[in-house]
Amino acid sequence: MSYGIRLHVWGPRAFFTRPEMKVERVSYDVMTPSAARGILEAIHWKPALRWVVDRIHVLRPIRFQSFRRNEVSARASAATAERAMRAGTTQGLGLVAEEVRQQRATTLLVDVAYVIEAHFEMTPRAGVEDTPAKHAAMFNRRAASGQCFHCPCLGTWEFAADFALIPEGAPLPESKLLPGQRDQDLGWMLYDIDHDAGAASRFFRARLENGVVDVRACLAQGSTA
Amino acid sequence: MTRRHDFVLFFDVTNGNPNGDPDAGNLPRLDPETNHGLVSDVAIKRKIRNYVALARPEAPGHEIYMRDGATLNLEHKRAWTAVLPEVTKDEDRKRLPRDAEKSRELTRWMCANFWDIRAFGAVMTTGVNAGQVRGPVQITFATSVEPVLPLEVSITRLAATTEKDAEEKGGRTMGRKHIVPYGLYRTHGFVSAPLASHPAKGTGFSEADLELLFEALGSMFEHDRSAARGEMATRKLVVFRHAGALGNAQAHTLFDRVTARRHHQGETHPIGDPRTDNWPAARRFQDYAIAVDRGGLPDGVEVIER
Repeated sequence: MSYGIRLHVWGPRAFFTRPEMKVERVSYDVMTPSAARGILEAIHWKPALRWVVDRIHVLRPIRFQSFRRNEVSARASAATAERAMRAGTTQGLGLVAEEVRQQRATTLLVDVAYVIEAHFEMTPRAGVEDTPAKHAAMFNRRAASGQCFHCPCLGTWEFAADFALIPEGAPLPESKLLPGQRDQDLGWMLYDIDHDAGAASRFFRARLENGVVDVRACLAQGSTA
Repeated sequence: MTRRHDFVLFFDVTNGNPNGDPDAGNLPRLDPETNHGLVSDVAIKRKIRNYVALARPEAPGHEIYMRDGATLNLEHKRAWTAVLPEVTKDEDRKRLPRDAEKSRELTRWMCANFWDIRAFGAVMTTGVNAGQVRGPVQITFATSVEPVLPLEVSITRLAATTEKDAEEKGGRTMGRKHIVPYGLYRTHGFVSAPLASHPAKGTGFSEADLELLFEALGSMFEHDRSAARGEMATRKLVVFRHAGALGNAQAHTLFDRVTARRHHQGETHPIGDPRTDNWPAARRFQDYAIAVDRGGLPDGVEVIER
């Protein structure tokens, strides 16, 4: 019984943040399994099922661009809050957007396209009416006709993802990944965040082999929480 | 709101800087590989917020959370005071209430009061916690339809700021402005019906809010005049209204129906067509023709041009 799906996603820009470089944000070279799962969930998801990403095909050359934006760093300090508490007034506790202006750069990916190969597993929350065939049919119907719960994105909200279902038996889109980029060690990469275990991040050693990150094979070689 | 919407917005700039790049000394943003001009998503959202604040100053539920000079945590506190008046210590407000229903109430209160939280969502997990919501409105980077040519314009001033300048430079100083002589920009947006009206995840973004969003997209530049911007204007908004909440067609196939082409002396050709090679550079909106292909629209998709 296999309810595997293949989804072609692409867009002019993408950003899959490296957690170790969050201040001046830098993207991973390729989409993370976690981001791929988010795209699938944007199209169809129920608490009854859990998406598992098997493979990510990288179809376009890996290229970066830098983009700096004005943002705010709106966080109140505990010391200020304590002082305000003692004084018994909220005066001066708040943050004025103009005063907490931050300019932060994003090193993002440009012109990306991927094929996500994934399947889903049923969770303990599945009811009797939640058959895998029903959810597979729902996903395929939505993905084929462009329906989605919300518009999926390539890492962050402003980089919307276009998507198309690759029907069973149909060939994959042609890969334009440069020969020198097809086989490489991508290093430790975020696999996913385990929300059942207190939002613990799980990392794995990602390898690009002939343009494909075989998530299962990489995970088999070890992962870390 | 029960129907999904996707939209294409065209706006243009004449002799102005639509969005400065802090990494490049405030030069207009450029895609370094193609020389197409860029305007960030957040720049557009800033203008939408400013318009709503101007257009509905007293309307209940139309406050703007992320104001210029807004005091964010004071706003969070108002939510706490309205929903949980018994909690008075700031320390207790740092974490969401354990009671999920109470925390939803806080979030709902914020959504009900602030138009921009209803539209764009907000991370309200700053010092004083009021939850996190994802808004239904999603806006992408705007890109110019053709490469743009930023110009540096030197200007002089007949006065000096400091005494030192006054003595050394004879009271005159020079400055620089960066302008794009002309650029037509295109951006795509999405309004997700489930994120507006889903019983648990929805922000309560209504049909009236959607109408105000489109009004803002149409008029936001009319109230954003400044020395830097030059003349900016919304030129065309094409909205694809789906009959269903999840949508009735793929967004990219709908967007492909909207094309900007070059127009010159009665001839219209696609951008980049060799027949346009000897044409003068575009310097006004009339040098472009925007077309919407309505032929064979998918069932359940309606096109609204405004």
